[in-house]
Amino acid sequence: MSGIWSAVLVLSITGAVFAVVLYIVAQKFKVVEDPLIDEINEVLPGANCGGCGKAGCRAMAEAFVKQGNMDGLKCPAGGDEVAKKVAALLGCTPAETLPQVAVVRCNGTCTNAPVKTKYDGLEDCAFANSLYSGESGCAFGCLGLGNCAKACQFDALTVDKETGLPVVDEEKCVACGACVKACPRGIIELRNKGPKNRRVFVACRNKEKGGDARKSCSAACIGCGKCAKTCPFGAITVENNLAYIDFNVCKSCRKCVAECPTGAIHDVNFPPRVEKPVEQPAPQATNAEAQGTQA
Amino acid sequence: MKTFAMGGVHPEENKISTNAVIEEFPLPKTAVILMTQHLGAPATPCVAKGDTVKVGQLIGKAEAFMCANVHSPFSGTVAKIDICKDAFGLAKPAVYINVDENDVWEESIDRTPDIVRQCDLDPKQIVDKLKEMGIVGLGGATFPTHIKYNIAPDKKAEYLIINAVECEPYLTSDHRVMMEHAEEICIGVSILRKCLGVPNAYIGIENNKPEPIAVMKKMAANFEGIIVEPLKVKYPQGAEKQLINAITGRCVPSGKLPIDVGCVVSNVGTAYAVYEAIQKNKPLIENILTVTGKKIQSQHNYHVRFGTTYSDIIAHALGELPETTGKVISGGPMMGKAVSNLDAPTTKGASSVLVIDADEAVRATESNCIRCGKCMNACPMGLEPYLFSALVRNRRIEEAGAHNILDCIECGCCFFSCPANKPLLDEIRLGKNLYRGILMAKKK
Amino acid sequence: MNLLNVSGSPHVHSDESTKKIMWRVNLALAPMLIVAVAFFGLNALLISAVSVASCLLFQWLIEKFIMKTESTICDGSAVVTGLLLAFNVPATREMIWLVIIAALVAIGIGKMSFGGLGKNPFNPALVGRVFMLISFPVQMTTWPKPGENLFSMVSVPTTDATTGATPLGLIKEEGIGAAGDIWQYFIGNMGGSLGEVSALAILIGAVYLLCRKVITWHIPVSFIGTAFVFSGILWLCDKTAFLDPVTTILTGGIMLGACFMATDMVTSPMTKAGQLVFGFGCGLLTIIIRNWGNYPEGVSFAILLMNSVTPLLNRWFKPKRFAV
Repeated sequence: MSGIWSAVLVLSITGAVFAVVLYIVAQKFKVVEDPLIDEINEVLPGANCGGCGKAGCRAMAEAFVKQGNMDGLKCPAGGDEVAKKVAALLGCTPAETLPQVAVVRCNGTCTNAPVKTKYDGLEDCAFANSLYSGESGCAFGCLGLGNCAKACQFDALTVDKETGLPVVDEEKCVACGACVKACPRGIIELRNKGPKNRRVFVACRNKEKGGDARKSCSAACIGCGKCAKTCPFGAITVENNLAYIDFNVCKSCRKCVAECPTGAIHDVNFPPRVEKPVEQPAPQATNAEAQGTQA
Repeated sequence: MKTFAMGGVHPEENKISTNAVIEEFPLPKTAVILMTQHLGAPATPCVAKGDTVKVGQLIGKAEAFMCANVHSPFSGTVAKIDICKDAFGLAKPAVYINVDENDVWEESIDRTPDIVRQCDLDPKQIVDKLKEMGIVGLGGATFPTHIKYNIAPDKKAEYLIINAVECEPYLTSDHRVMMEHAEEICIGVSILRKCLGVPNAYIGIENNKPEPIAVMKKMAANFEGIIVEPLKVKYPQGAEKQLINAITGRCVPSGKLPIDVGCVVSNVGTAYAVYEAIQKNKPLIENILTVTGKKIQSQHNYHVRFGTTYSDIIAHALGELPETTGKVISGGPMMGKAVSNLDAPTTKGASSVLVIDADEAVRATESNCIRCGKCMNACPMGLEPYLFSALVRNRRIEEAGAHNILDCIECGCCFFSCPANKPLLDEIRLGKNLYRGILMAKKK
Repeated sequence: MNLLNVSGSPHVHSDESTKKIMWRVNLALAPMLIVAVAFFGLNALLISAVSVASCLLFQWLIEKFIMKTESTICDGSAVVTGLLLAFNVPATREMIWLVIIAALVAIGIGKMSFGGLGKNPFNPALVGRVFMLISFPVQMTTWPKPGENLFSMVSVPTTDATTGATPLGLIKEEGIGAAGDIWQYFIGNMGGSLGEVSALAILIGAVYLLCRKVITWHIPVSFIGTAFVFSGILWLCDKTAFLDPVTTILTGGIMLGACFMATDMVTSPMTKAGQLVFGFGCGLLTIIIRNWGNYPEGVSFAILLMNSVTPLLNRWFKPKRFAV
């Protein structure tokens, strides 16, 4: 019997000693933290995508609490829904923003920009970019090695093996901007989703003169400026032989799309065109205008 | 026999074009002269469309500090000043010239075959003339020579080292220039020695080149303070830090320049160019270029004027590329760059057109690292390539920086010796670029 | 004409490959297999064949159905594991099927669960062996007498004519008086696992690996050297209680362990200094386990323990940098 008692005694004493030690250590190293940080952290998506510019969701929650309001801080991944929740916790009004989506501004598919050399190195766009112009010879186009896809925390980007170009899954994309940072050639841009998810953009980044650009890719923007002349809203600027459509001004009338001689301007999610392009239907135009003024 | 202390590999030598005597390359019909033929900022074109130019006329003026003059290697008329895609498909400013068959040279250039031995210029005049003549290092890095030989007042040169190692497989241009222009090289070396004010110049030659060693030794005996130093064959002996280590036993510390340990290193081709510039008033307009490859019919060493396109060289030397060509490399197989645009012109840095067969050109599939440590043992800088590979893949760039990724000289010994075929050097280069980016951002 | 290839330099590669390294190791293991067959008969050959075949099969199955990657069984690493595993078990009839379990543990747990060749922290063959030693202690310590038709120098205390004991087992039981002739130990005429008995065959293999630069001398020399010196010191202190150093290194698995198991590239340190420390640790632990542990043999445990500190050794012992 004495064996049992001694065992009980020893265990009790060790237990008590450990408890005291743990208590002292816990007191000594206690970190006083605003419980609000935890609450906001719970609300944030938790993907640590870095789209907000902070090191992760926790750092963002700390930034929210430190600032006390939401000015200048935005969680692109969470969107308006998360913004509302955070605003409720912080007791301020959320800033309204238009939903955005990542857009791939290159149309150098295997048919448009046939390969002229074969890349046989590290599967990394940043490295290939430092090495040479790329398989098609276009020094501005997509290298297709998928740094954007690797950077995407939401599985929204995949490189299409057929075309060699990344494809954005609009459902999954939260516009965190990780792919924008990952692309060494600045091909991906965050653009407003647009009314009914309809967007018009220039799918090219080539700043070479028209002839040179065409040499490497048949769908390159040649900087002819026809689109800029056609655009009734002045949304298009041509600089360095490259057109750019300002999504805050564009009314999605699609006149430029018809005008572009190389097909570099893309429209997405529009209904198929009727034989003779008619003027933009009225309700859609107002919709676009409404969105435009909000922006 | 001397060699550098640590690391190194022994790639197959393949010096098949050793016995091909240097030939003059014929004039092309048109030529494109890039304004960035050197390390640093592009030169500014100083001719206009329609101008007539002579061989050796200045067409690109060095305006930035890190820059070199560019002279016209051809006579003819300027067709346009535009951008041109270089051998890697990247757009560079260039002067296009319609070449005149009569080949009119600037009168000031001495084109006689006589060897001019006397040089009365003082060091400052020599540096100024090197700058005027657009001389750059011909070992591959194309560092402007006048900057290298303009020693800062707080530094002192003790050794002049001439790099005639030619440790890269296949290349034979240094071998040939030593065989055919030994005296000119020795005069060039004497000029550089005088410019630095050092007692001795050492010419390092690997002992797989017994003929040039014999020729140079015989010639050097007629000159004061030129010592020919045969070296044990080991790649990368021609790397600046390794060559200094092999010849003087000194080590250039991380982030320092050779001059910090009292050394100045120049390529043997540069010494020849220096002779021509100082003694013959001939600017740097041509270079010796090896055309070689295991599967090609004829091996050549040419005097090629810069601005001749790669396709011109291939057409003249080989007719056309063999069916089985897998890769065309400008430079040696260890550190040269794969050419993607054959219509691009050659530049001051080009030392060879190397044709690699398809079965050798394709990299083997990579497998897992088995931690054999071969990369580490092969690294002449004592770095850990396997570690950089893992860190860069996981984008832990700052850690790679802490492990001195910037010390890497990109010699390629790690990838060469890796049994798992991991693209170690690709990863290290990427890591270096990203780390430099981080450092730049921190400075701001 | 083909499209031109573009990649970063270098554009040439040495003819080294993982496959070549592994097959060289296999070739180096051949002398041990021959000796094992000579001493233990057909059982030895069967065990080796079954072990290799099951290692290959398990690796193929795991890669095909679990990891869904391309098969790498041709690289020869599974063959190395299979052979080393077979060399670490006694050549009894039961082992012919028991070794399949060992192979599953070695390949499945020891190697593939970490991601395959190159990612395993522990030597897979040793993981398999230690698993067997703990799970099947009787079968793993029932030793057949070597060379039924050769003369045996090991005095066998048991009446069972077909089973013997390892010299180390005997010494553990009966004291150091049971040690036998050193020359017989050297050529391998003693009880023991398949591959560990003949120091001669092991040395032949090791010299081949050294010449082909698959291994360096650092680990074997520091392992065997430490074991020799440490056991020598003990022996000099008390010649009646401890075994003499020469017998120590010739019996049991020290030779096999030092030349083939501890030198496994994946699980040993990469720098020379790290390798020397690694070998030192292996030697020290082996002698400690042998003399004061429960088991008569400690090589497997010693190597596995040192495998676990390999990442630390890699961190502590860095290569000497240029100009530092």
